[in-house]
Amino acid sequence: MATRQTASLARLMRAPAIILLLIWMIVPLGMTLYYSFLNYNLLNPAGTSWAGWFNYRYFYTDPAFFDAIRNTLVLVLGVLVITVVGGIAIALLIDKPIWGQGIVRILIISPFFVMPPVAALIWKNMIMHPSYGVFADIAKFFGAQPVDWFAQFPLTSIIIIVAWQWLPFATLILLTALQSLDGEQMEAAEMDGAGALSRFIHLTLPHMARAITVVILIQTIFLLGIYAEILVTTNGGPGNASTNLTYLIYRAARLNFDIGGAAAGGIIAVILANLVAIFLMRAVGKNLD
Amino acid sequence: MGRITLENVTKRFGDVEVIPPLNLDINDGEFVVFVGPSGCGKSTLLRLIAGLEDTSGGRILIDGQDATATPPAKRGLAMVFQSYALYPHMSVRKNIAFPMRMAGVPQDEQDRRIEAAAKALNLTNYLDRKPGQLSGGQRQRVAIGRAIVREPSAFLFDEPLSNLDAALRVGMRLEISELHNRLDTTMIYVTHDQVEAMTMADKIVVLQAGRIEQVGSPMELYRAPKNLFVAGFIGSPKMNLIEGPTAAEFGATTIGVRPEHIAVSGTEGRWKGRIGVSEHLGSDTFFYVEDTGLAETITVRAGGNIDLHHGDTVWLTPDIAEMHRFDARGDRIA
Repeated sequence: MATRQTASLARLMRAPAIILLLIWMIVPLGMTLYYSFLNYNLLNPAGTSWAGWFNYRYFYTDPAFFDAIRNTLVLVLGVLVITVVGGIAIALLIDKPIWGQGIVRILIISPFFVMPPVAALIWKNMIMHPSYGVFADIAKFFGAQPVDWFAQFPLTSIIIIVAWQWLPFATLILLTALQSLDGEQMEAAEMDGAGALSRFIHLTLPHMARAITVVILIQTIFLLGIYAEILVTTNGGPGNASTNLTYLIYRAARLNFDIGGAAAGGIIAVILANLVAIFLMRAVGKNLD
Repeated sequence: MGRITLENVTKRFGDVEVIPPLNLDINDGEFVVFVGPSGCGKSTLLRLIAGLEDTSGGRILIDGQDATATPPAKRGLAMVFQSYALYPHMSVRKNIAFPMRMAGVPQDEQDRRIEAAAKALNLTNYLDRKPGQLSGGQRQRVAIGRAIVREPSAFLFDEPLSNLDAALRVGMRLEISELHNRLDTTMIYVTHDQVEAMTMADKIVVLQAGRIEQVGSPMELYRAPKNLFVAGFIGSPKMNLIEGPTAAEFGATTIGVRPEHIAVSGTEGRWKGRIGVSEHLGSDTFFYVEDTGLAETITVRAGGNIDLHHGDTVWLTPDIAEMHRFDARGDRIA
């Protein structure tokens, strides 16, 4: 198969797709890079001029910048912890044969089908709202003061919403990993005197390591760009309490009309995402080989 | 000590009775082989003894103690699985150490037992490898090593050789027999291969549809099969079973003659036939003789140097003294 002719033919055949993907990626990246060195404000497009490193310096000295980076990391980490731990727990539960298994599984997966702004709106108005949310009703039933979630715990509230959305994904991936666990291995461990907890620690967890890695990597990619949930609930506030990097860039571009500043923020976000990616591949990537 | 007694042990899956009430005694130090066609309940029976399945009725006694409700880990039995069931992310050393770690055996004692097991099983050079880097035979030995270090009162083997190629299978068969001679521990071995049963067992238990057809030493089963099923199952190639008027001549519904108990001649004899397929193995020759009017084919074993071939007309003479007679119910006529 892999003769020289077929190899070069294969290269020729896949070239259009690769070139298209390259253009798709390089053009926006190049334009963003170019804009990030311009004084370019939509309120005064005629006054566009070369700015050098000003946009970067401006972003860097913005007090919201470090808040945003910290919030981004807390958001990603918080959601990862909840979804991985919760996903393992739910996967273990629904792996057991129960009555109505099919319906239970569909119910558990369904949050993933709700689009992010809708999910966030439901949480905001029907669940976490301090006067007519379900949580408020529960608090009132026990005679407690309802919690104003988005005012008192803005970032935590967003973490809860996003974790709710991503829990099905983690559960699904971890469930398939769990189902591929060899039954004889479990029986061997049982005969070897391992209790349920030992079997989980010594067999189930190592077996799921690869799936957990996949969940962490894929979720991190999407969680770094969380935006819709913040927009429809807290608008990044109060103050900068729930502003992440994506939202900060949005603010620069769409509220201040500062294209140059937003582009600089975008480039910083790309660099940050790559740092996180390198760190992740070092930390958990060895599970994938 | 490893004396295991089954008293009226029954197993049902829903409405299906896989094992009707069954009684069996296994003495300490015995090598017992459960043999039977697939689906005969032999693996289920082993899993009942191991405690991996719950009994639906009856009692299992281990060394006189009722172990019916004892969890598998507490029964003092070690099991070797068909798929080896090694822990893929642990090194060989950790695999072998696992049961001791779970039992809280002190570290120096663990090391001593691992060294001893590795030496006995030729695994010393592989202790730091992962199971994925080992061949089938080596994995099998690791699985056995993991069982040995527990120093169990009995070993349970569930078709341990069926994933190995033919040459390795013969080698491992010898190794397991040697292990049994050295440890002198009770071993229960499940297989569908009657050759493994014949070569390894002190006692063979032939099972069919969950029932015990016959229990006995390999030679007892070979010389005096209790019924048609055992007669057909034990021995390779299979015993020739002949019905009709020929059987009636000997006062039986069915007569059985093993291939090695039929003399073949090119000139004279009792039954006339024509050679269909002939298999020349060097040491032996097997003829599948057709057109005898007795059965579809009659299998005959002859010496390696006999000069008969496909299509030749031959005469067969059974050794009357070695003939087995069965009645209409398929039971042996003494």
